[in-house]
Amino acid sequence: MDEIFGIPAPLLFGQLLLGLINGAFYALLSLGLAVIFGMLNVINFTHGAQFMLGAFVAWAMLNFLGLGYWWALLLAPIVVGLFGVLLERTMISQLYKLDHLYGLLLTFGVGLIVEGLVRNEFGSSGLPYRIPTELTGAWDLGFMFMPVYRGWVVIVALVACIATWLVIEKTKIGSYLRAATENPALVQAFGINVPRMMTLTYGAGVALAAFAGVLAAPIYSVNPQMGSNLIIIVFAVVVIGGMGSILGSVVTGFGLGIIEGLTKVFYPEASATVIFVVMAIVLLLRPAGLFGRA
Amino acid sequence: MAEPMLKVRGLEAWYGESHVLHGVSLDIHEGEVVTLLGRNGAGKTSTLRAIMGLTGRRAGSIVFEGKETIGLRPDLIARSGIAYCPEERGIFASLDVTENLLLPPAVRSGGLSVDEIYTLFPNLKERARSPGTKLSGGEQQMLAIGRILRTGAKLLLLDEPSEGLAPVIVQQIGRTIRELKSRGFTVLLVEQNFRFAQTVADRHYVMEHGEVKATVTNAELATSMDRLNEYLGV
Repeated sequence: MDEIFGIPAPLLFGQLLLGLINGAFYALLSLGLAVIFGMLNVINFTHGAQFMLGAFVAWAMLNFLGLGYWWALLLAPIVVGLFGVLLERTMISQLYKLDHLYGLLLTFGVGLIVEGLVRNEFGSSGLPYRIPTELTGAWDLGFMFMPVYRGWVVIVALVACIATWLVIEKTKIGSYLRAATENPALVQAFGINVPRMMTLTYGAGVALAAFAGVLAAPIYSVNPQMGSNLIIIVFAVVVIGGMGSILGSVVTGFGLGIIEGLTKVFYPEASATVIFVVMAIVLLLRPAGLFGRA
Repeated sequence: MAEPMLKVRGLEAWYGESHVLHGVSLDIHEGEVVTLLGRNGAGKTSTLRAIMGLTGRRAGSIVFEGKETIGLRPDLIARSGIAYCPEERGIFASLDVTENLLLPPAVRSGGLSVDEIYTLFPNLKERARSPGTKLSGGEQQMLAIGRILRTGAKLLLLDEPSEGLAPVIVQQIGRTIRELKSRGFTVLLVEQNFRFAQTVADRHYVMEHGEVKATVTNAELATSMDRLNEYLGV
């Protein structure tokens, strides 16, 4: 099988894999956005900067503390998640009583500030981050070579998405989260500390973004814009999947990554816009998104 | 007489700029079933919500079992042992019946077990895996009452449990409230359906314009009708 639909097979599979990788990041990031939006009703525009911070914290841990990839994968989400907790406690929580637009503006501004500070400190050219030795090399799948690290990213992202889904749909804490998403006042009147839940939910969503950032560090170069480049597409993914839908963001994330990859093969000129075309069509036909409740 | 379980004095409450309660005072004794009667907009629901801390700004005093709760957050008020069942029932669509039932955390020991709740409301057991909002109105009301019995709270605030239900279901809710009273629960009930209130309550407060206008025992109710019609009349 050298050609499929007149396309050389290695090119097709190569782009499919690339699409799957991008889709993995779309899914992880839109998942965090969906969880945060569901609970806090805030569209977290700092999400891209927090993704980027995850990669930078990983880089800094390696270069200043000698802590490698595996430590970074564990610790960077905690560090950035705590930054999220602080942000929610000191600033975002002050805005819940106002229009949602204020939360959006605040998080947008904080994102710009964070990005600017990192650019001032590290420049915008990008810093290298090595693939950990355990994950170098490639698997021979017969029809193509699959770099081990890329396979790892897809698998880990899938596991993280499924784990998040399980926590939300199948656990006690998840039932509090779902209930509080519907009616926070009543959940609080049952004796649950909803303000603290909101803080922790924000922290967890941010930690998920940072986790994605660490996964991305060896693939994309670690630079201050890496988040803002990605986040525009991720917002389109969230809109297509349906605001606040967990399953929607995961399926849409992977699906759109693949669509984008295939577009690069069949009609490369459209690859940068195809997601927004899909978004426009979905908004026209199903304004609440593919998985959203109208 | 012993100190009341719930002692409300001069309770005022606001939603934003609108002043909805103007100095409400109530005494609820342990083991009593008391109703708040009055027309729409008299402040009955607001009184329950204010006791739970769910209105905007509040002033006055709400002493529950000897402790002042006016400054507490809703979750801490609930943890002190008061359970609330809202008028719109508040069944969560994204939770199934069992999850809805298990949602409110136990705040004290001595709550009903899940089996006891199913004995009280057999319909719920058959629908355990259905999404909460797929239930009929009556079943949703039973679920809304059932889930707060697990928590161990001894004071129940029920907002119009009879609203919009078929007469046979209303009778079942009435039996349930009498059963709860016999088990030692204390109930503060908001009602518009005054005939229903008569079948379950020991005492009634009559409200109008965010104030308590009268208090009557259930025995006096029939003879005070002329006087009360001014507040309740349709």
